[in-house]
Amino acid sequence: MCQDLRNSEESIKGGFGRMSTMDTSNLTIETLRQMFEQGKRFDGRSLKDYRPITVEHNVSNKAEGSTRVRIGKTEVLAGVKLQVGAPYPDSKDKGNLMVSGDLLPLASPRFESGPPGFNAIELPRLVDRAIRESGMIDFKKLVITGEKVWTVIIDVFPINDDGNLIDAATIAASVALKDATFPGLDKDNNVDYHIKTQNKLPLSKETFPVSISFYKLGSSLFLDPTREEEEAAEARITFGISLWNGQNMINSCQKRGAKPLSRAEVESMMPILLEKQIYLNEKLKKFL
Amino acid sequence: MIAKVTEAHEAPEISSESEESIVKKRRVVVPGEIIVSGEDYLPSEGTRREGMNILASRFGLAEESGRVVKVIPVTGTFIPRKNNVVIGRVTNITFNGWVVDIDSASSGFLPIDESPRFINKNEMDQFLAIGEVVAAKIWSINTRGIDLTLKSKGLGKLEGGFTFRIIPNRVPRVIGREGSMIMLIKEKTGCDITVGQNGWIWIKGQNLDDQIRARKAIEFVAEKFHVEGLTDKMEEWFEKN
Repeated sequence: MCQDLRNSEESIKGGFGRMSTMDTSNLTIETLRQMFEQGKRFDGRSLKDYRPITVEHNVSNKAEGSTRVRIGKTEVLAGVKLQVGAPYPDSKDKGNLMVSGDLLPLASPRFESGPPGFNAIELPRLVDRAIRESGMIDFKKLVITGEKVWTVIIDVFPINDDGNLIDAATIAASVALKDATFPGLDKDNNVDYHIKTQNKLPLSKETFPVSISFYKLGSSLFLDPTREEEEAAEARITFGISLWNGQNMINSCQKRGAKPLSRAEVESMMPILLEKQIYLNEKLKKFL
Repeated sequence: MIAKVTEAHEAPEISSESEESIVKKRRVVVPGEIIVSGEDYLPSEGTRREGMNILASRFGLAEESGRVVKVIPVTGTFIPRKNNVVIGRVTNITFNGWVVDIDSASSGFLPIDESPRFINKNEMDQFLAIGEVVAAKIWSINTRGIDLTLKSKGLGKLEGGFTFRIIPNRVPRVIGREGSMIMLIKEKTGCDITVGQNGWIWIKGQNLDDQIRARKAIEFVAEKFHVEGLTDKMEEWFEKN
């Protein structure tokens, strides 16, 4: 155990040097702006490159499906839990989806325990919309009887925030859904978690929703920021994107930050969006 | 403490580079790990005795000098001490000074009288505005807070370049013995560098590439804290990068 800890790269490296509550200084923002104009980053990536992505499966033995996703030093856990519940009155022929999340203080010195703030509300909502609107889950097949439907609960927990939590959380949630298997039912159609089945959720084979967030500083757009870059950014736009009937579809979109985005800028994102969606799908294929 | 004129970054450091011949090779230990066994040894900072053994109570480098065993921690928060040079960010302006975030449990206060030249109280933000960065020295620590001063060589408002943070415990490593490491980095990259004891480092160079290289070099040093004779290794590093 001691030996493991000592030799593990992360414990030796000063990787968490940027963990601090101090706000980004004007100087650093100005330097970042100049660097982005020349297409440079501190870690040597180009502006549109992602950091290495890794996925671990079955990290929780209580969840029906769970994953740990790392993008660089950003780390997110997602778990899927399945419950039997009543359908909503306005969608009696459909199952339910609930995404919840919490920004744990362990993930970043910026996060405090207490009532959820803006970011803590936004994160699960963005994940929810990216997944719900993609059509990945066939909600009609989640009906058990007229009165009982499956409720799919996704919990998202950031473990370490080094920027770009939203993209990491959406990947984690999507992979966890792919992994999830139904628990068994007893005679009265109540869940019996002691029975495990091999039945997967009714998911579309081709649809794998991911979210891609563009960040803007000055006139530069960049993807997958570190926390330092994310805090310097003036605007952000997150797209939920996936394949549906062989076509790439934008399912959701949310803009954040005070600075506007011009029409030309949004249009310039589209080819990159497509390229990155294909890239992420290819990258994640080996983990599915 | 020897009072000699030093550059800002050569602020008093905890001497982790003591040159006693009896010092054995340092090694990395984790909390609970047995460093030495035997009643002859004396537990010092970062260690504790349990029966016959001396255990580490912090993650760091274990060092035996004679009978005394200590652990030099390699992670942790910045604990402000008098005469530390720190790099902070101005967070507020009051009627008689500036509130400076020095990345410590309590923020620092820089009174207007401690600025290097006379400043009109109505024009304080022209000298230091919110969000700007300053290299300051801790002048006193008392129950009211931490008082800063700019009245020393190498202190003042920082213009141009950028700031970033390393783990504060590794600052002595980045400075090196008598400033050898930081001198080497400055020489090889041609950048101006100020290292604050709070782990914040300011770099300003001729162009962006030099600045990025200087940051990479410093981050490399902070990562390789457990390697001995790092100054020589850095020479090699600069040939490759």
